[in-house]
Formats: sequence, C-alpha cells, structure tokens
Amino acid sequence: MNILVFVKQTFDTEETVVVQGGRVSEDNVRFVLNPYDEYAVEQAVQVKEEFGGEVTVVAVGQERMEQALRTALAMGADKAALVEDDGSLDEYGVAKVLAAFARRGTYDLLFAGQATVDGASAQTGPRVAEELGVPVVAAILRFTLEGDRAVVERDMEGYSERLSVPLPALFTAQQGLNEPRYPTLPNVMKAKKKPLERLTLEDLGLARERLLGRTATVECFVAPKTRQRRMLQGSPEAQAQALADELRRFVLPD
Amino acid sequence: MAADQDKAPRGGSFLLEDVNPAQVFTPEDFTPEQKVIAETTRRFVDEEVLPNGEQLEHQDWDLTVKLLRRAGELGLLAADVPEAYGGLGLDKVSSSLITEALTRGGSFALSVGAHVGIGTLPIVYFGNADQRARYLPALASGEKFAAYALTEPGSGSDALGAKATARLSPDGRHYILNGTKQFITNAAFADVFIVYAKIDGEHFSAFIVDRSSPGLTTGPEERKMGIKASSTRQLILQDVHVPVENLLGDPGRGHVIAFNILNIGRHKLAVGCVGGMKAAIEASVRYAKQRRQFQRAIAEFPLIQQKLADMNIRTFVTESMAYRTTGDMDRELAALGGSFDGPSAARAIAEYALECSADKVYASEALDFVVDEGVQIHGGVGYIQEYPIERMYRDSRINRIFEGTNEINRLLIPDMLLRKAMRGELGLFPAAEALQRELLSGGHLAADGGDPADPLAAERQLLAQAKKVFLFVGASAVQKYMQALEGEQETLAALADIVIEIYALDSALLRAAKAVWRGESAGAGDSARNQVEMVRVYAREAMERIDARARQILAGMEEGDALRTQLAVLRRLTRFEPVNSKALKRAIAARVIAAEKYVS
Ligand SMILES: Cc1cc2nc3c(=O)[nH]c(=O)nc-3n(C[C@H](O)[C@H](O)[C@H](O)COP(=O)(O)OP(=O)(O)OC[C@H]3O[C@@H](n4cnc5c(N)ncnc54)[C@H](O)[C@@H]3O)c2cc1C
Repeated sequence: MNILVFVKQTFDTEETVVVQGGRVSEDNVRFVLNPYDEYAVEQAVQVKEEFGGEVTVVAVGQERMEQALRTALAMGADKAALVEDDGSLDEYGVAKVLAAFARRGTYDLLFAGQATVDGASAQTGPRVAEELGVPVVAAILRFTLEGDRAVVERDMEGYSERLSVPLPALFTAQQGLNEPRYPTLPNVMKAKKKPLERLTLEDLGLARERLLGRTATVECFVAPKTRQRRMLQGSPEAQAQALADELRRFVLPD
Repeated sequence: MAADQDKAPRGGSFLLEDVNPAQVFTPEDFTPEQKVIAETTRRFVDEEVLPNGEQLEHQDWDLTVKLLRRAGELGLLAADVPEAYGGLGLDKVSSSLITEALTRGGSFALSVGAHVGIGTLPIVYFGNADQRARYLPALASGEKFAAYALTEPGSGSDALGAKATARLSPDGRHYILNGTKQFITNAAFADVFIVYAKIDGEHFSAFIVDRSSPGLTTGPEERKMGIKASSTRQLILQDVHVPVENLLGDPGRGHVIAFNILNIGRHKLAVGCVGGMKAAIEASVRYAKQRRQFQRAIAEFPLIQQKLADMNIRTFVTESMAYRTTGDMDRELAALGGSFDGPSAARAIAEYALECSADKVYASEALDFVVDEGVQIHGGVGYIQEYPIERMYRDSRINRIFEGTNEINRLLIPDMLLRKAMRGELGLFPAAEALQRELLSGGHLAADGGDPADPLAAERQLLAQAKKVFLFVGASAVQKYMQALEGEQETLAALADIVIEIYALDSALLRAAKAVWRGESAGAGDSARNQVEMVRVYAREAMERIDARARQILAGMEEGDALRTQLAVLRRLTRFEPVNSKALKRAIAARVIAAEKYVS
C-alpha cells in the first residue's frame, strides 16, 4: 500500500485567538498537528502496519509546518514533504498544490483530516480528490481494507452508513476513527533520520498567480460573546418550572 | 561567525564580556524535534497527570508508580541516559523542555525529577561500565526508580558532615552501611538509592544501594507543607550489605559526585520553576478575566495588570537565563564530541556551576513572587484549596530550600568567581584594575548613547554600567577584607545578588536583541516588541536593586569621607533615565490578558 496523508499545523484548540492588525496573531501560539489529521496519520500507519507499504505525509505552508511533519513521522509515517509557501493560499490553491504533489507518485490510499481546526472549511480533502479524479468519502469513523476495496463507515446523524469504495480513493478522518498514538521520544529521535523533502511551487510546476484564492478576506474580528442573562423570578416552584422549561428548549428544540 | 557560534563561553565570563546575541541560545531557537518532545510531554501531563491530580496529592503511590511507568514508555525518563545504556542521549535543551512541561502537572514532576536527575545521573556520570550496564537500562525505561540520599538529620547544608558509615566486611566483598538519611524524595517506592556514607567514618563516598537489601527500611511519610504528590521519607540503614562493586566512583571522592549532581539538580530546578510560573500566570489571568467587582472584570484594574505584567516579566527573565545556560551546556558537551556521559561530561556541565547557582536562586525566588501575586489576584479564593493557585503557592516554597539553600548558593557564587579569577580562568583582577584607572581618570563614565537605531541602546548601557558596579564593589570588598572575606556573609550574598541580577538582565537583554535582529531579518518586527518592552522596564528595576546592594556593601565597609567618595563613584555608575514603566506594564499586561497566558 502506498499511502499519502495531507496534514497541516494548526493552533492548539486551547489557545486564545488574538486578532491584531486585522489578522489572527501567531505570536506566542502553540502549534500542533491538526487534531483531525492525527486520526488520518494514525489510520495510514495502522494500514501500513497491517498490510505493509509506505506512508508519505505532505504539507503546504510556512517553515513552522515542519513540526507537524516531524510529529507525523514520529507517529510512524516514513517520508515527509513540505511545499513551501507563506500560508496565504486558500483551499482552492492548497488543493491544487497537494494534487500536484500526489501526481508525482502513485498512491493507493489518500487520507486527510475531515477539517482543520483553524480554517474549518472541510474542503481541502474533497477538492484534492476532485483534482485527482478519485472517489472521496468524508468524515469516516471506521476504516477496513477488503481486497482492493476500502470499507468505511460514517455517521449520518442518527444512523451510520457503510460504503465500499474502489481504490485509489481519498478519505477524510473524523474524530473517533481511532486512538492516535503519542509520538514517543524514541520515535521522535528515529523520525529525525527520516527524509523530509522541501519543495517549491516551481518544483511542482505550479505558477503561484494561478493558485491565488477565489476568496478574499474582507475583515477579521473576534466574534462578540453573546451571553444572555435572565434572573428567574417568583416562588421556588415557579423558578424551578421556568428553569426546566428553559432547559427543555435547549435539549429538545422545537 | 559560524565558528563563533559553536564555541561556548567560559562560565562567569558574562560579567566581563559583551556577548553577541547570535551566540546565546533562546527559547526561540527550539528545533521542531524539541517542540515535538515538549508537546508529547505536555500531552502526557494534560491527559494522564492532571486528571489524577487530586489522587496524586493524596499520596497514592501505586498511581504514582503507574504514571511513572507510563512516562517511561513514552521515553520521558530516558533523555539523559546515553543510547548505549538504553537511553536516548538527548541534548540538555530537550531534557529541560521535558522538565519544564512536567511541572505543569504539580509535584508529580518531582517524582520524575528526582528519579531522572539526582537519582539516575550519579550513575550516568560517575558509574563504571558495569554499573551503568546493570542499572541504567531499567532506570531509563521506568522499570526501576531511583532516589538520592545525601541529607541526614544532623547534616543538611553541611552535607560533608554526614554521619552514615561504611565499613568493609571481613571477607572484603561488601561494604556494611549504617546511618539515617533524612527527607529522601521518592523513598516510598524507589528501587535504587544513591547513598553517601563515610568509609571508616572518614572517607566520604557514594554507593548504589538496592531497596531489597536486608536492613534497609524507610520511615513514615513526612507531613509536608506542599509538594504532597511527592514522597519524602527517612531512609534507615542498619548493617546493610552493599556489594563492593556498588561503590560509585573512588573511595573518598563522594564529594565530587555530590557537588556535580547538585549542580545539575539546580539547573533542572530552575527550568522546572519556569513551568510553574507559566502555570500560575495562566491560572491567574483566567481568574482575573472572569472575576467581576465594581461591574468589571478585575483584569481591567491597573493594579491587577501591573501584577500580571510583573509576573510575566519575571518569567521571561527566568526562562531566558535558564535556557541560555542550557544552550551553553549543550555546546560545551557537543565540543566533547557528543559523549553525554562519564566524568568529562560532568566536568563540561560544571563549567557553568556559577550560572546554575544563579539560575536556581533567581528562579526559585521568581516562582515565589509569581505564585504570591497569583494568590493575591485570586483574593480570598486564592486561600481556598479548590483553586490550583493555593497548591502552587505551597508547592513553590521548597525550591528555595533544597538543592542547596539559596543562602548556600549565594555564598557559592563569589567563592566560585574568586577561584576562577585566582586560577586565571577569568580576568576579573585585570578588569577591576582597568576600571580603577578609568574611574581615577575621572572621565565621562556613562558611555555614549550607542547606536541610535538600536531599540535597546540605553539598556545595553545600563548593563555595561551594572558590570562595572560589580567590579567596583567586588574589588573594594576583596581589597578591604582579604582573607577575612569568607566571614563577611552579608557582603558575599549582596555581591551574589549583583552577579545574579547581571546574569538575569544580560540573558533577557540578549534574548530580546536576538528577537529584534531576527524580526528585522524576517521582515516582521512586531514579535520582538513585547520582549524589548519587558527589558526596558526590567533593566531599570534591576539597576535599582543593584544600586541598593552596592550601597549596602559600601556602607558596611567604609565610613565618613572614604564612604562618601565611594558612593560618589557609585552614583556616577548607576545613574539612568527612567522610562514610563506604568505605560509599558499596561501594554505588557494587555498581551497577557489577550492571550490568557505567559507571553514572551
Ligand atoms: C521536601 C524535601 C525533599 C528533599 N529531598 C531530598 C533528597 O531527595 N535527597 C537529599 O539528600 N536531601 C533532600 N532534601 C534535603 C534538603 O536538601 C535539605 O533540607 C537542604 O539541603 C537544607 O538542609 P537542612 O534542612 O539541614 O537545613 P540547614 O542546613 O540546617 O539550614 C538551616 C538554615 O541555615 C542556613 N545555613 C546553613 N548553613 C549556613 C551557612 N554556612 N551560612 C549561612 N547560612 C547557613 C540555611 O540556608 C537555612 O536557612 C529534601 C528536603 C525536603 C524538605
């Protein structure tokens, strides 16, 4: 199995977002491998461990992405590549870059996180699949290989769907797909010796002006907290009733 | 310059030389691997240690051991053990990042710290091949745990005054150990103890003692003020037979081991304090944003902001010092060709013994300051156990006591400096003479303003003046007291304070200067601003303290006209223009409040 995983480095979800000068400040922020990508990497490594093969991880963006790639290598990926760019491309451009990278090799399986915790568009995986002309199933919760097909499950709000997909295909990983392993220290040290290729857009035969976003960020602001407060009045019974009614509205809408 | 960057500076040389910022290691220089290692540790703490915090505080040693083993599986116990013995042989920066990240999880960090540090390192640095092979793999993997037994009821600071004895058995196969060791961290569950005892009541030596040895028992758990998740007990040795193969190092040379290990322990303690400070800031700023009085969040009050700014600045300074020392150690070790064990590695690290003592004193007092202000920000609930700041406050206090009390460490600093100067390793005397000539010539002491484009020009000048103050009062004290200096503890401690302040300011300033330089080359510029502002405030506060110490030293030595003359010189050296630290601290606090954590 030749497996390719698309990863990104994102803010730790515990970080407080600070908007400064019209953009999200990256000062003093702890970066991690995008949590959904952890499931993707873990799945790829599990497939490799069971069926053999090789796992490549690729990211597009700034130098700092190396840390995410090192994490993936420490989790068991074999090779990494960083396509260097300033991090300003949107999903349209990123998908084109990742697809160009994917075309350089032949892969049976492609994984991505179902979304990133920063951009949260959930578009990159499906867009890459579209570029490559391979089937895609988003937000999978179970993955098995049966011959030359993958059998995957996804949660459909109330029921689950099982799909059998011919390979090559792309899957995006949802939380719960597996239990991602820690990059243990011995593996971090081993990862240091694994190849990490640095590429430019030109190396992939891409012209940046043709990757520029179809979207433009007009404004960036912190959403105001809308906190409503209401003091319940009346007898304890009346207050309890009002509270119960209020809670019911949240738990059982309509 | 590339060659220059690889060369580590001599210990203590910061007092005399202007260092190129490019040569100083800063937290901005962590490699991706080092960050991944910190991240793994952090995740372990967040997911496995913190959720068990309450139970660990109640001294569930089975749980402690379970978590220690888990830490072993992740490789967190193997950093300082060479690869040849089942360890990872990591650089000291990586190992420090582990230590720092662990302290977020409360005093469980000390169970790890005592094991990987003072417990295991004596064997790493001073064990022979056989001892290393027998013990290190199990200690690195977390199969076995170690403790360090130096202190006795009758000998703490005076460690060499130990009464524990060792005598050779008639058949020459064992040393028979007797004595009582006091306050031994990890005693509840350690499998291996590094025990110091005097052979024939005379020759201070170190031994590796297995817990299973008949005659070895531990006392009841001490009821401590804080660090309750850490075990502290007496170790009682009654005719314990230790195989002669377990004598560590040469007989009568135990002090070399003890002092080298304490030195490394001091460094680890400083790094650990950095983690503690960050946790306290986080808890305090979150509380300050959420607690409302007079219809606003208390974080909006300038006095609370001032506290947050001060806490952030101290943390920044401590972090700058501790990692600078770490980086120097790594370069010194790298110069040995990457051999991270054996006595030569210990010697390489000991080059920075003075810096380790400075870091220890500074960090432990900075942590006390930060947790104290943290409690204050919390008001009444800061005094209540439900809030983590209450535990942090109690946990902090021990750091000024163990690994050599801060008094002992202060006394060590001028002592080490003088020795280095006598051995000709550090040109203190020539520098003092040159300064003397400069002072006599009556010239314009305050150097010219420096490069106007340098945002830290005034602070660099302050630092240069501070170094002169040290030479001036230091030389005066040496001349005045000569051999009697040893008895002048107040003067020695005040001199140590000046040295520590200089190392602190020097490290913070170099770090900010490096950030400016990096920011410029990266075309950014904003990232360094916070650091520059912190240094602007801090440099002046440090200079005020240095001035106060210097006056105190001079006033203790001279009187009348002689004193007035010296004070006049001092005034020329310590003059500076204030900055608007009120505004700067508000700006720094605003960043802490926005990020809800320590910001560098
Ligand atoms: C929780 C805890 C854990 C510990 N863990 C360990 C461990 O794992 N292994 C171990 O071996 N030890 C351990 N210790 C012991 C610790 O290192 C000692 O407590 C410390 O070295 C101080 O010694 P002491 O308590 O005897 O104080 P003392 O030496 O009696 O000091 C009392 C006071 O006198 C001052 N003083 C002493 N000598 C001088 C001097 N020459 N000049 C001026 N002032 C002086 C000290 O600074 C201090 O203020 C631990 C202690 C505690 C509380």
